[in-house]
Amino acid sequence: MLMKNLGISIVAVVILIALPALASVQGYNFFLTVFPYAAFAVFLGGFIYRMVKWWIIPVPFRITTTCGQQKSLPWIKQSPLENPAGFWGVAGRMALEIFLFRSLFRNTSVEISGKRPVYGSAKWLWFFGLVFHWSLLIIVLRHLRFFIEPVAPWIAGLSALDGFFEIGIPALYLSDFAVLAGLSVLFLRRVIIPRVRYISLPVDYFALLLILGIVVTGLLMRHFFSTDLLAVKSIVLGWITLSPVVPAGIGIFFYIHLFLVFTLMVWFPFSKLMHLGGVFLSPTRILANNNRRERHINPWNAPVKVHTYAEYEDEFRDKMKAVGLPVDKE
Amino acid sequence: MKLNNIGKIVAGIVIFIVLATFFFWYGTGKSSSLPQPSLDTPAIAQMKEKRCVEDKAFMSINHMKLLHNWRDSAVREGNRNYTAKNGNVYKMSLSGTCLECHSNKEQFCDRCHTYVAAKPACFSCHSIPAEVKK
Repeated sequence: MLMKNLGISIVAVVILIALPALASVQGYNFFLTVFPYAAFAVFLGGFIYRMVKWWIIPVPFRITTTCGQQKSLPWIKQSPLENPAGFWGVAGRMALEIFLFRSLFRNTSVEISGKRPVYGSAKWLWFFGLVFHWSLLIIVLRHLRFFIEPVAPWIAGLSALDGFFEIGIPALYLSDFAVLAGLSVLFLRRVIIPRVRYISLPVDYFALLLILGIVVTGLLMRHFFSTDLLAVKSIVLGWITLSPVVPAGIGIFFYIHLFLVFTLMVWFPFSKLMHLGGVFLSPTRILANNNRRERHINPWNAPVKVHTYAEYEDEFRDKMKAVGLPVDKE
Repeated sequence: MKLNNIGKIVAGIVIFIVLATFFFWYGTGKSSSLPQPSLDTPAIAQMKEKRCVEDKAFMSINHMKLLHNWRDSAVREGNRNYTAKNGNVYKMSLSGTCLECHSNKEQFCDRCHTYVAAKPACFSCHSIPAEVKK
């Protein structure tokens, strides 16, 4: 199972690396002129498509996870983040979820000690997940220096802060180190823990290996096979100004890096990585628990013809009185 | 079918599009012509063969590593002689060798460094020639 699923994703990533590595000069022209627009269009379009698809699914009943006391009588203390009652509670819960991965923080581990299960906290998935995602964000933001001219001070400042320790030339970015650490742990978790390995599919490994490929080619370009950054920035600005250029003499790692990024962009909206958008539309998180205060009508309920007791009594009042039955209204 | 919260979802999608196309609308006022490091200095004008320590292709992408090695060699090992690939021997010195020709830091070093937001730490110790003259 591991060999098969992991093997499939390794083969897929190797093919994705081999394609640009073996491409011809015409192929490179294609990489730099057609692919970026195609990949970006699929990313944007696919992302919006997925969001709209989720959005039009009716949520007739609020299925928010409630892990604390809900808003009730004034003298019962509510737990506003665990059981949000309104917009601000939900906003707080979402902020904690998105920026700090609060649900992962509650991860527990269970072991059989003697003959009974013992529960303990397990923070390492939370920690390395957080390290991975934050460093990935910083890396993406740092790349804006190739996209923006003149480079905004905050981008340069972020890079300077990231390379604060000035280890080596060019300086090693701490986020590069952190993203590798995060990815390694997330990958080893799938390989080593039997229960996680059992439920791991080829795409699970593929997501990690693809990002790992992007990180490693990026690091190789920065630290070992230097790339002409002027040419790189001219390519990127060429895309943005809709006049793509194809400079000569850019190393192979640049094309591999680029091709893996395009693959990620195209694949992203149709993969589990869509949790980037999905977290904003997950009903267990984004809804306030107001099921007891507001009536939520199921939108697909068929119209039902009802005959209420009041109407019944109106219809039969005379007959009911005649046989001595009690009536609400005289 | 009644749709959920059309306002919120449209706002969310608009925010996504604005963020994802950030680089299209942010800072595109300037033309994107490549920076041209200027070689117009008196020392370079006097050179017969206009050649840096190594050839241009090597220097343009590896100068930082070369300088880093020079620093280690000069400061830590006391060796100040650099033998180039073509056999010429140069003195390992940022101020004495590099800046003697490239005395125009602002027009030479800074143009590319600013363009790609590279912030070398050279001049946090070394003085900049023009600034000293001023």
